[in-house]
Amino acid sequence: MATETKYRVIGTRPVRPDGVDKVTGRALYGADIVLPRMAHARVLRSPHAHARIRSIDTRQAEALTGVLAVVTAKDLPDVDAILMVGEGGDVNMRHASHNILAHDKALYEGHAVAAVAATSPHIALEALKRIVVDYEALPPVIDVRKAMEPEATLLHEDQFTDTAGEKSEKPSNIASHTIAEEGDIEKGFAEAKVVVEREFVTQTVHQGYIEPHAAVAEWRSDGFLTLWCPTQGAFAVRQQCAQILQHPASHIKVVPTEIGGGFGGKISVYLEPVAAILSRKTGRPIKILMDRAEVLMGTGPTPGTYIKVKMGVDAEGNITAAQALLAYDAGAYPGSPVGAGCMTVFAPYRLKNVRIDGYDVLVNKPKSAAYRAPGATVAEFATETVVDEICEQMGLDPLEFRLKNGAKEGDWRPFGPPYTRIGAIECVEAAQGSDHWKAPLEHEAPNGKRRGRGVASGYWMNWGGTSSCTGRLNGDGSVFLLEGSTDIGGTRASIAMQFAEAFGVDYAQVIPQVVDTDTVGYNDVTGGSRTTFGTGYAAHALAQKMQRDIVEKLAPIWEVEPDTITVEGACYASNGKSATIMEVAKLLDEKGIQVVSSVTTSPHNSSGAFATHIADVEVDSETGKVDVVRYTAVQDAGKAIHPAYVEGQMQGGVAQGIGWALNEEYFYDSAGKLRNATLLDYRMPTTLDVPPIETIIVEVPSPDHPYGVRGAGEVPIVPPPAAIANAIYDAVGVRLQTLPMSPAKVCAAILAKEGAA
Amino acid sequence: MPTELKTGKVAIHATINTEPTDWLSEPRETLLEALRDRLGLTGSKEGCGNGNCGACAVLMEGRLVNSCCVLAVEAEGASITTVEGCGTPEGLSPIQRCFLEEAALQCGFCTPGFIVATKALLEKTPNPTEDEIRWWLAGNLCRCTGYDKIVRAVQNAAAAMGGN
Repeated sequence: MATETKYRVIGTRPVRPDGVDKVTGRALYGADIVLPRMAHARVLRSPHAHARIRSIDTRQAEALTGVLAVVTAKDLPDVDAILMVGEGGDVNMRHASHNILAHDKALYEGHAVAAVAATSPHIALEALKRIVVDYEALPPVIDVRKAMEPEATLLHEDQFTDTAGEKSEKPSNIASHTIAEEGDIEKGFAEAKVVVEREFVTQTVHQGYIEPHAAVAEWRSDGFLTLWCPTQGAFAVRQQCAQILQHPASHIKVVPTEIGGGFGGKISVYLEPVAAILSRKTGRPIKILMDRAEVLMGTGPTPGTYIKVKMGVDAEGNITAAQALLAYDAGAYPGSPVGAGCMTVFAPYRLKNVRIDGYDVLVNKPKSAAYRAPGATVAEFATETVVDEICEQMGLDPLEFRLKNGAKEGDWRPFGPPYTRIGAIECVEAAQGSDHWKAPLEHEAPNGKRRGRGVASGYWMNWGGTSSCTGRLNGDGSVFLLEGSTDIGGTRASIAMQFAEAFGVDYAQVIPQVVDTDTVGYNDVTGGSRTTFGTGYAAHALAQKMQRDIVEKLAPIWEVEPDTITVEGACYASNGKSATIMEVAKLLDEKGIQVVSSVTTSPHNSSGAFATHIADVEVDSETGKVDVVRYTAVQDAGKAIHPAYVEGQMQGGVAQGIGWALNEEYFYDSAGKLRNATLLDYRMPTTLDVPPIETIIVEVPSPDHPYGVRGAGEVPIVPPPAAIANAIYDAVGVRLQTLPMSPAKVCAAILAKEGAA
Repeated sequence: MPTELKTGKVAIHATINTEPTDWLSEPRETLLEALRDRLGLTGSKEGCGNGNCGACAVLMEGRLVNSCCVLAVEAEGASITTVEGCGTPEGLSPIQRCFLEEAALQCGFCTPGFIVATKALLEKTPNPTEDEIRWWLAGNLCRCTGYDKIVRAVQNAAAAMGGN
């Protein structure tokens, strides 16, 4: 594919169609939806990290004037099904049901146990205080390694370890053990001149979208349910609700509102089924909102992990063997992204001898969810730190090492077919050529701090998935482009641009609309960096289909055979007749002929993306505080449809990576309670915590997309923690093997080094 | 335990986006709740509810405040500007136009707060340095953009509004 090289629309930077509403406050997000007779609901959450629920007495809450209904897990049907919802992986719907309203046990602090609907949010909140739950507190297990011990407290007595389909004899908190092997690691390590093995520990972090979860449900007396919610996947919400409620998907319409960030955290449902059963029970539309503490405690953060990486390199600087153990906490139910961690841990490198072991481990934390390149950031933090140490020991340039050992087309990768055309090498080369890499670095900063520079690479598989689009030609030549991919960061624009390019019209003639699940065919979630790739692929196919459909309808009017009509861009011609799409549209409209075309596409491959980042830091040796003072992100976008939005993805991913590297973590006390459930104490980067972020877009066209697009959203979060850790080492000579690299840890490492010296 | 909560509403008069406005709020309600739930001005967003994210920022008597940390009753007699008062689709302010053109928003949820905060900054400091912009906007969290394009948008808006 990828034969076109000159584009009219692709590569330009138009303003997004939804932009005016978003800068004037008119765009409607989840909490902005208001319906007539709407009532308000709030959720009661467990104060215990681990407790058996003996009973729930709701009578005093129900007696309060203004309370309309109270629900608990008893109001949900029993379900037993496995559902594939996309990047979050397979979801056991029984677990999903128990997660939205705890059944016999509360498995983490913040686990929902009941919900109240009332005539006002304040009455609902007051009523929550009147629900009496009799808990039998149980010892919690928070640390992933402790949870793996044979004598650890079990979260689920019926959970056995699955190792390649084999079940363990005794129940365990280890839900699964995944193994990937290639070659002979014993032989490989024997051939190495230098072998480095290190252990890493990382803490739970949250996606940190600024919009809290919200849902509005209206269950009509005829059994049709409509849900309004900010979600990455309206169809995923429909599927999950159909399972959890045991209600036909055909009777559930999901209307995606604007969405205030997701990053993987707005795929699983939390509030939607609860709003639905409260609406059914009260006969009124119900709105449920979460506050920020509920978002941090009651949704799906990313796992805390324990990772061990060992790598061997021979005298010529070639990697001879690599081994990794990744143990990711899944939270209260199985399903951490450890599989993706295994797939990405060594992805930037060409490996012949490798073994990777991944463990999915249950702990008393919220059930983990996807977070931007789920599982990859912490895995690459480990590998890229080990690579940096090897380069230092052997006196190798870290970028030259990555060129020498970098993965190329045809190389093996864990759990996947060999790489197709990829841009790992091109990213490293672009980093070498960057102003940043060429700029000299003074290790002594004028302010007395120490400066250092680090690099790291990263990979994300990306996802193709299934997308549907419908196009309607209007009489004025414009096209309604109906799509089901919710727009988190400008995809209305990037999809409309691809349609306009293929259909031969201006961007302004395409009117993209994100519509509900009744109005367009199935779409997988906006996740896996798939939307500009996969829904753009569908939009390209739709443009071609619409052109064919127009030809079929134009032929009888022109009294010619359809196959005599040629289409070049916006121009339709046959036997001396010719007309622009504007003229054709007018002609068809005048004759009352409608052109409505639909496509559904599922591209086979997904065009993985690589990135290489360069970080300069300043370390205050007195306090341990690290400031990132210069940052360059290089990334292969295949083909940047809207370069400003690709840059924005890169810069946003870097900022989240900087937060993960330096500040962000869930602080649990010994009782398993989260001690920093506010945005003051769960400290995400502000304008003062990130430098200007330089971007270099590399374009190695993907062979899997007509314009060569690769997903751009996720991979930029992968390299930052490793690049910053390597920069800290360059600055002050200490290797941090924990995230976050907060001032206390950096300071302790510096003091330990000085003590040892 | 009483089965009825004591409630009572207070009449409030304020000037909101230059319009004289009267409404009733319970004493416990925040200005953000009043704007959103009583007056239908949903452009101001709740991201945290305790003053840490800036998504609910409004101008009160010309001063930048987080409306989730102001009680509605405190707005009595005040002049308040929300994002809805910063420009219209037909008449975008230079700040709004520069945010659009610089791609300074992704999900757009924090954008109203940034627009209002930027308006407050540029009214006080028409020609801010990058450090001044970053310092002023540190009370507004954005999780999507990495702030780079927001800072550029503010610089461009300052230039468009007559700063150098």
